[in-house]
Amino acid sequence: MTQPILAAKGLEAWYGPARALHGVDFEVEEGGVTAVLGANGAGKTTILRALSGLIRRAGDIRFRGRSIGALATEDIARLGVAHVPDGRGTFIDLTVEENLRLGAHIRADKQGVRRDFDRVFGVFPRLAERRRQQAGTLSGGEQQMLAIARALLMRPNLMMLDEPSFGLAPLVVAEIFRILGEINRDEGVSLLIVEQNASLALDLADRAVLIETGMVALSGPSQAIRADDAVRRAYLGY
Amino acid sequence: MAEFLHQLASGLALGGVYAIMALALVMIYQATHLINFAQGEMAMFSTYFAWKLIDSGQPYWLAFFATVVASFIGGAVIERLVVRPFANAPVLASVIVFIGLSLIFNSLAGWLYGYSVTSFDTPFTGRPWFGSGYMSAHESGAVLVTFCVLALVYVFFRFTPLGLAMRAAAQNPVSSRLVGIRVGWMLAIGWGLAAAIGSIAGMMAAPIVYLDPNMMGGILLYAFAGALLGGIDNPFGAVFGGFAVGVLGNLIGAYVVGAEVKLSVALAIIIAVLVWRPSGLFGRRLVARV
Amino acid sequence: MADADGALRALAALALGVFALAFPFFASGYHIYQGAQVLIYAVALLGLNLLTGFNGQISLGHGAFFAIGGYGTAILMAKLGVPYWAAIPVASVVCFVAGFLFGFPALRFGGLYLALATFALAVATPQILSYKGFDAFTGGSQGLSLVKLRAPFGLKLNADQWLYLLCLACGAALYWAARNLVRGRIGRALIAIRDQPIAAEAMGVDAALYKTTCFGVSALYAGVAGGLSAVAVGFVSPESFELPLSFAFLVGIVVGGLASLGGVIFGALFIEFVPNLADQLTVNFGESAKALPGAIYGVLLILVMFLMPTGAAGAARAAAGAVARRLRSRRGAKIQDGGSAASAAAKYGGKGEAT
Repeated sequence: MTQPILAAKGLEAWYGPARALHGVDFEVEEGGVTAVLGANGAGKTTILRALSGLIRRAGDIRFRGRSIGALATEDIARLGVAHVPDGRGTFIDLTVEENLRLGAHIRADKQGVRRDFDRVFGVFPRLAERRRQQAGTLSGGEQQMLAIARALLMRPNLMMLDEPSFGLAPLVVAEIFRILGEINRDEGVSLLIVEQNASLALDLADRAVLIETGMVALSGPSQAIRADDAVRRAYLGY
Repeated sequence: MAEFLHQLASGLALGGVYAIMALALVMIYQATHLINFAQGEMAMFSTYFAWKLIDSGQPYWLAFFATVVASFIGGAVIERLVVRPFANAPVLASVIVFIGLSLIFNSLAGWLYGYSVTSFDTPFTGRPWFGSGYMSAHESGAVLVTFCVLALVYVFFRFTPLGLAMRAAAQNPVSSRLVGIRVGWMLAIGWGLAAAIGSIAGMMAAPIVYLDPNMMGGILLYAFAGALLGGIDNPFGAVFGGFAVGVLGNLIGAYVVGAEVKLSVALAIIIAVLVWRPSGLFGRRLVARV
Repeated sequence: MADADGALRALAALALGVFALAFPFFASGYHIYQGAQVLIYAVALLGLNLLTGFNGQISLGHGAFFAIGGYGTAILMAKLGVPYWAAIPVASVVCFVAGFLFGFPALRFGGLYLALATFALAVATPQILSYKGFDAFTGGSQGLSLVKLRAPFGLKLNADQWLYLLCLACGAALYWAARNLVRGRIGRALIAIRDQPIAAEAMGVDAALYKTTCFGVSALYAGVAGGLSAVAVGFVSPESFELPLSFAFLVGIVVGGLASLGGVIFGALFIEFVPNLADQLTVNFGESAKALPGAIYGVLLILVMFLMPTGAAGAARAAAGAVARRLRSRRGAKIQDGGSAASAAAKYGGKGEAT
């Protein structure tokens, strides 16, 4: 059993003096997909922010075995962790092209970057059309695609996405999740997806973690989570 | 008519100085939402540094570039040591620190170089390259240097990866960190750049207003007026504002109130902008805060 | 609060008051004059502290209102023959109006814009004062001379003593007024606007009106100080009111303690005596020692913000709190939570303790 790409043990996090996570454990397998489920305010976004070092955190966090609990956000990013934050995190005053170039900021291989630009425009043709447009003028779905494309240009080992379906039409969401699946299968990029849309996330994921008020309520293979009665009633609606 | 053109032309030359200082102010404002009240004194100190080099026998352009580089380093160091600790403190704290910095630079210059007024050489001698009859050689040279500096800064921010990263860090520090940009270093580089172009402004101004520790007080005020007029968050606006204040100040000084009260023209411009168009001519709409 | 705290404070205040009253009768002429200067600065600093410490607004231009008070008084006295005890109040009211009108556009957009506008005011004022067009009133760059003060009703006081007592009376009255302002409803509103402007507005506090009025009042204080200063020196000229004066006021309230009314005495002593010290050093070290006050001010501004944001008064309060605690614990009384003074000093700006 290879070591997980990301392993968190006893993860705690604070917003100022208020503790929001009370000791969370979970893993993302190398090349796997883990879904983080839970209601609004349960602490899902907080987990990603803690992993990226955007808020005060404590606990044992390891990326490919290496402890990252004390690293700065930009250093974690440089290790190959692409965090697509809630709200997309687009640079709204810059053009689509400039947003993408920022994704490639830490890379030194110009050829590889050029190839990836082509690939990304192939996957998201609408971005190619709007290349020189100001990113803030894009629709919600396009901005989400831009955020994912930017993350892809980092050539990450692990992509962490915060509510990628938020505020998007079902067709667009389906498209995005299809692309995420491709990225995972074809490029071997591990995924950690925080989602309110449990059904969608469980379809894609091989493992899932259910968070309630800052603690893990349930965790295991996504099949098992999907089959669980309580989860079915509370989060899947049947 | 000739007099009018002369005032216009020299207004442009001084306006170039104001434009560069205004640009430095805007660069720091965009990245930190703070106005560096010490920008003028830092520029003055850099100019003395250049003067010392020239005085000890170095050729002008060597001293010029050495000063620019030294100012860049100085600006970055100041940001890391003195400014960064107050990044999350109330605005009042930073303003107090900036005033403290300006007092220190002013006294340091007075202590090291004395308070008597000195002349500062210009590399532009003989006939002016353009506008002859209305401008001195130095003035036309200064306008040229101004445009070079502005063009270089524009190209840097628009077309280089580092410039893009700095723009990103100023607009959205969180997202910038998430793509691996070291935002802290971007801030330091921003301060360094502002200090560097400030030093150029000082070296262009000194042959006109003469070198003494208090030479930049008035110039800083004009730069503020220009930056506010153009829009404190818009670099193009700030540059336009700087030139506008230079020309307006000269014309109003020559034809309306007399050159000895040109500073009140700057004050009047600032108040007028705050009353009628607080976001400046080209800035983003300012929301009146409570 | 424990008795020891309050008793200590009352004792200190009493001692200070007795000393201040007796001072002009045992000190030499020049020292009395310096004492008057300290009181004058203290009044200006009271005004600025109300604005900056309690209401959180930055002014880099209070030297200009000091100048308006000084020149207003001088013009009324020299050109219109108004006696000083009428000229100073009138000039102060002019300052209030000027401050209110100036504050109106400048306050709307937050601290930085106000800082810019007041900086512009400070830099432009000397030029305006020496403008040839106003020569008839202001005496241009030569300035105006005033008759020296004389004690009224034939009291057996010389000019310096009378000046000092006048300043002491004004200072005490204005301090008392400021203290009541700060402790009352208005003071709470000002502090609320400083700390949580949106919440204050939501609670019905008309922030714009309070802020503008506060600015006017602080200008009034600076005007009184300016008027007293004109009368004290017997002379006004544009050179006395340049940018370094506004900076000195800022240094005064930072060193004395933002939001500490009692601390203005420390600040005033500081800005009165540091330049004197530097002047004395020029004798030994030559012209370059002229740079010393600026350097000291600059370094102190930064150091105080780093280490002691509550200034000298905050440090004194913390020390007094520590002493009070020792007294209490020695008497075996229950130890109270942290000591009010120390915990107040812990928060930047303090809760606005009036002493």
